[in-house]
Amino acid sequence: MNLRVPSPGELPLVRQLRGADRLGRGAAAESRWSKELRARTATADRTVKSVCPYCAVGCAQNIFVKDGEIVQIEGDPDAPHSRGRLCPKGSATRQLTTGSSRERHVLHRRPGASDWERLDLETAMDMIADRVVRDRRRGWEEEEDGDLLHRTMGIAALGGATLDNEENYLIKKLLTALGVIQIENQARVCHSSTVVGLGTSFGRGASSTLPGDLQNSDLIVLEGSNMAEAHPVAYQWVVEAKARGATVIHVDPHYSRTSALADEFVPLRAGTDIAFLGGIINHVLTTESDFREYVLAYTNASTIVGERFEDAGAEGLFSGYEEATMSYDPRSWQYEGAFVGAAAGQRDQEGNVDRLQEDELGGPGGRGEIRRDETLRHPRCVWQILRRHYAAYTPEMVERVCGVPQDVFAKVCRLFVENSGRERTTAFVHGVGWTQHTIGSQYIRAASILQLLLGNMGRPGGGVMAMRGHASIQGSSDIPTLFDTLPGYIPMPHAHGHDDLADFIAADSPARGFWGNMDDYVVSLLKAWWGRAATAENDYCFEYLPRLTGSHSTYDTTMAMVEGKVKGFFLFGQNPAVGSANTRMQRLGMSKLDWLVVRDFSLIESATWWKDGPEIESGEMRTADIDTEVFFLPAAAHTEKEGTFTNTQRMLQWHHKAVDPRDDQRSDLWFTYHLGRKVRERLADSGDRNDRPILDLTWDYPTEGEIEEPLADAVLAEINGWNADGEMLSAYTELKADGSTSCGCWIYCGCYAEGVNQTARRKPASEQNWTGGEWAWAWPANRRILYNRASADPSGKPWSERKKLVWWDEGKGEWVGHDTPDFEAGKPPDYVPPEGATGPDALRGDEPFIMQADGRGWLFAPAGVADGPLPTHYEPQDSPVRNLLHEHQRDPARQLYEHEWNRYHPDPDEPGAEVFPFAATTYRLTEHFTAGGMSRWTPYLAELQPEFFCEVSPELAAERGLEHAGWATIVGARGAVEARVMVTERMTPLWVDGRVVHQIGMPYHWGPNGLARGDSMNELSSMALDPSSHIQEVKALSVDIRPGRRPRGPGRTVLVEEYRRRAGITAATGMG
Amino acid sequence: MERFGFFTDTSVCIGCKACEVACKEWNEVPDDLVGWAGSSHDNSVGLGADRWRHVAFVEQPVPLGDQQANFRREGGDFRWLMESDVCKHCTEAACLDDCPTGAIFRTEFGTVVVQPDICNGCGYCVPACPYGVLDKREEDGRIFKCTLCYDRLGEGQEPACAKACPTDSIQFGPLEELRGRAGARVQELHERGVEEARLYGEDPGDGVGGAGAFFLLLDEPEVYGLPPDPVVTTRDLPGTWKHVGLAAGALLAGAVACFAGARR
Repeated sequence: MNLRVPSPGELPLVRQLRGADRLGRGAAAESRWSKELRARTATADRTVKSVCPYCAVGCAQNIFVKDGEIVQIEGDPDAPHSRGRLCPKGSATRQLTTGSSRERHVLHRRPGASDWERLDLETAMDMIADRVVRDRRRGWEEEEDGDLLHRTMGIAALGGATLDNEENYLIKKLLTALGVIQIENQARVCHSSTVVGLGTSFGRGASSTLPGDLQNSDLIVLEGSNMAEAHPVAYQWVVEAKARGATVIHVDPHYSRTSALADEFVPLRAGTDIAFLGGIINHVLTTESDFREYVLAYTNASTIVGERFEDAGAEGLFSGYEEATMSYDPRSWQYEGAFVGAAAGQRDQEGNVDRLQEDELGGPGGRGEIRRDETLRHPRCVWQILRRHYAAYTPEMVERVCGVPQDVFAKVCRLFVENSGRERTTAFVHGVGWTQHTIGSQYIRAASILQLLLGNMGRPGGGVMAMRGHASIQGSSDIPTLFDTLPGYIPMPHAHGHDDLADFIAADSPARGFWGNMDDYVVSLLKAWWGRAATAENDYCFEYLPRLTGSHSTYDTTMAMVEGKVKGFFLFGQNPAVGSANTRMQRLGMSKLDWLVVRDFSLIESATWWKDGPEIESGEMRTADIDTEVFFLPAAAHTEKEGTFTNTQRMLQWHHKAVDPRDDQRSDLWFTYHLGRKVRERLADSGDRNDRPILDLTWDYPTEGEIEEPLADAVLAEINGWNADGEMLSAYTELKADGSTSCGCWIYCGCYAEGVNQTARRKPASEQNWTGGEWAWAWPANRRILYNRASADPSGKPWSERKKLVWWDEGKGEWVGHDTPDFEAGKPPDYVPPEGATGPDALRGDEPFIMQADGRGWLFAPAGVADGPLPTHYEPQDSPVRNLLHEHQRDPARQLYEHEWNRYHPDPDEPGAEVFPFAATTYRLTEHFTAGGMSRWTPYLAELQPEFFCEVSPELAAERGLEHAGWATIVGARGAVEARVMVTERMTPLWVDGRVVHQIGMPYHWGPNGLARGDSMNELSSMALDPSSHIQEVKALSVDIRPGRRPRGPGRTVLVEEYRRRAGITAATGMG
Repeated sequence: MERFGFFTDTSVCIGCKACEVACKEWNEVPDDLVGWAGSSHDNSVGLGADRWRHVAFVEQPVPLGDQQANFRREGGDFRWLMESDVCKHCTEAACLDDCPTGAIFRTEFGTVVVQPDICNGCGYCVPACPYGVLDKREEDGRIFKCTLCYDRLGEGQEPACAKACPTDSIQFGPLEELRGRAGARVQELHERGVEEARLYGEDPGDGVGGAGAFFLLLDEPEVYGLPPDPVVTTRDLPGTWKHVGLAAGALLAGAVACFAGARR
């Protein structure tokens, strides 16, 4: 404050006596500070349009910049989806991006060294490029049993959900060209099962709707979602719906801030949602309260399934199970007389390819005639199979399995039925509470079945709203830094006896629907990656793609690391040492690497485990013995780069750059582009044919500025694609398989239509309808509510005036409405395909699920889901309760890993099970973000939830002698953690099959680094996966809890070993 | 000029604390990590010099309207109340009355602001506040509290907390308009069976002449840690002055009488 002597007229007393404010409490008392006060938002030089970097609600932000510094970040009131609001994390964005906790310089840890050293960025980049070239060769696999592999297992990467689409695109492109297949990101551990569940049911693996559409719901069922805490700004639409008279139900093991505003909170035992949803399905079927016209026209209810299919029945095992491999051969689940491939999930695997030889089905890809019984009486029609399958899921069983009393369950069923049909709609909202289970994909399938039966898909206020957790985790699924897909959900090719493009397309492309045009999408992608080198003669370089052999998920890669097969590992903003299941295995894996590159803001646990991780404390590892070389490269923040995030409603939003990154901080676009450039330089003179994919790669992006930042705009343009004349494409329907078009991600085609960056559109909410269709751009084709053809009846008229969305305009001869029709605009409702039609032309005018091979919503999934065509209740891998519905305790096809550090718990009726008597579940808190990398170092957030705690009921506290605000140690076969104890009535004991089951709640954000510290809950979780999506089970596991802090040093391991001994745990435990 | 204020509708508060953080970011309030408090989800404890918005969390085995918690323990009822507290910007502000330096003043928006260039940290305002809002920042020596984002108001912008609030639990606007909106909201909640809904601080006839920041609560104010019947501590000041005047007059008269008597 600079002092200045005021003139006599400015003196308060003079002002008081001369002015109107004689008491001297108002204007007369106004000080110089007050007079000169100006809001930073008003004095800023410029306002930069951006997007919040935390969760996938994607709240629009305004960044205010003055003199090259960010002076304020707040919500953009024009945005239709966020309306200018921000949650505490979004509100802390300025501190996150400009605060002192961000690293600014490259750090290097030599093998065996005890501490970091500084390294200049250029040297670090050169060293990393050298290692990539070397270890790509060391891990090279050319073929296996005569099948071309053409890949390297020496390098792996993890992370991407916090990055821009353009960054993910370059990472996937570069690493794939290098032959790297072990590419994964947060989407694997968060919502991969949503992709399988929704994709197989409806044709696309993304949320069918947008949070803003919840305002149109009559009933909102939040299940598997802690929406108010994990997605507070999206929760405004639930509040809005309530204000309009909607009912809100929250079904969850734990009463959270989401429950506080719900009309009904339904506590249920963690890991039993399929029993609960199956019960509702059974209710709808037995009372015939389905939306019959919708079901008959738009679902596969009437489709007849082949004779070889056998239901799971009391045993809980479908036909086709192979005990030796713990997996299903899904061929017996197919429709009678026809083969249909799945639009998501298990594709391009042995089953599909074998079908090439199966003439009886008329070949692959939906050829042959689908048979139906519109009366729904045929014993093998889907309707009847569904009835039989769910007959055992009675209200009594729901009560016994889930702990939900029958009167409460009856009320839920009644609300569902009352709020569905022509005039009313119900929406499901789910998050990772549903996805992270060994049967996670089937949770989503169960909800999908219910929404199809009740006619809630494609209609306002209906749908399945998948709440995703990172700024661009949807984008990193669409442009996948994931092992099993190529951009736009094209499957990565597996190693088969044959390897040409035509066979690959034939095996995975159905004859009907938009996946029938898969050749257009694949060839255009290959042209985008290999440009002029990709020609019809060389199969458009299809051979350049590395091949998969089974699962190469992040957990498979963890095992490969433990076995020493992986030499180098990139972490792009992901923190597996805290955020992945069984963090001990994660650290063990990393300790076997030759080198590790960590790109992040701060020194997260995955960057420092070698000097201060739990295994160093316990003595199980010694820093000096760890030969992993570690590079820490500070990352640029979203404010320091431009690009697109794809939010939870499939909306790509362009964020502009506000300021330059400082010192060594760089974008992942910069890192990937320059790494690629350096690798290409090193291989430039190579004559090795395995180096052709990297040398032929299109990698000539324009750069700008002193640091040579690649232009994200140019990358987005490549993703959108162009024709042979270099003109930007406007829609994926313009793509061709003749090599004349290039497109990096077919579902994003149109985001740069007419040469305009559509993702940067920001038309204020007040100037458009509630769908917000002119704000940014959503895939596919800017459609905001998917399958919206189903909002009209088969003849094209809205089912009701109250729920109209898209309808057929006879006069115009096209589909019109409030949203872009998710249908061919000019295809009339009465269109019948001509004989021999293929692709989209083969779908009728009343088949709204245009990605599906039969145009219908799948109640029964004949393909795509590895553990059965219908969701079946199995207990979690580690459960204190026996499966009361089926003989098989656990998902018979789940994916397990045998390792001394990854032991499982005994069956509930085996001796030793009583050692882990409680059910634990996990969740997020509003104040923190995922594994904490963006919140535990941010003071304004850290102070709001400073420590790891567990939540227990007063009843459990009394039983175990736990004191509120004291400490507890929670133990499982993998580890032991300590937590502060929150005794709260929000945790309630459940009566399950005649006995009390106590549940323990644990938020999972913490780790030993940062400002808010604590043990990571993932020290307890195991690597046990859903077979379709390879997602880990962290939402339900059995544990023990005891008062007091955990032992320090080696004592922690001793304690866990003692528990294992008491429980009689061996390598075989829980594997059956 | 029209008086502006806050209406905080706790019936839609989701306890996210966006208000706490948005306030700190805008006003550059220092961080204050006090540790895990074990008090439901409240780890920032209360309003203070370093926290100008504070969210209270109240867990009770009591029903709320028609909401069903479906707990199987005896009674089975439960409610979780959340309320974002803030300076009340009283009509009769004791802090303003008591401030000897003129640091605290009433702005053209009717809000009460401590001017940091005048405040000398004497602390007279601290015990004067019936809500315990005013607080000294020890490392600084001065008093800090909510300014209702005086700087933003000057530019026609709403305060940071109200702007961020995801569910519009915190509403900003002309006080009269807010009072109308609040009354309608209470009525709506009553019609929906939430009979517990009531307003706190909106009545110009209350002990502080009505607050510029008032609340819709779902229980008695004490439940949220708010004083049930706050009274401006300087309410008796005019009367006191009268008595002081009378006493002084009497003393004077006595003295005169004494002198007069002595002359006799």
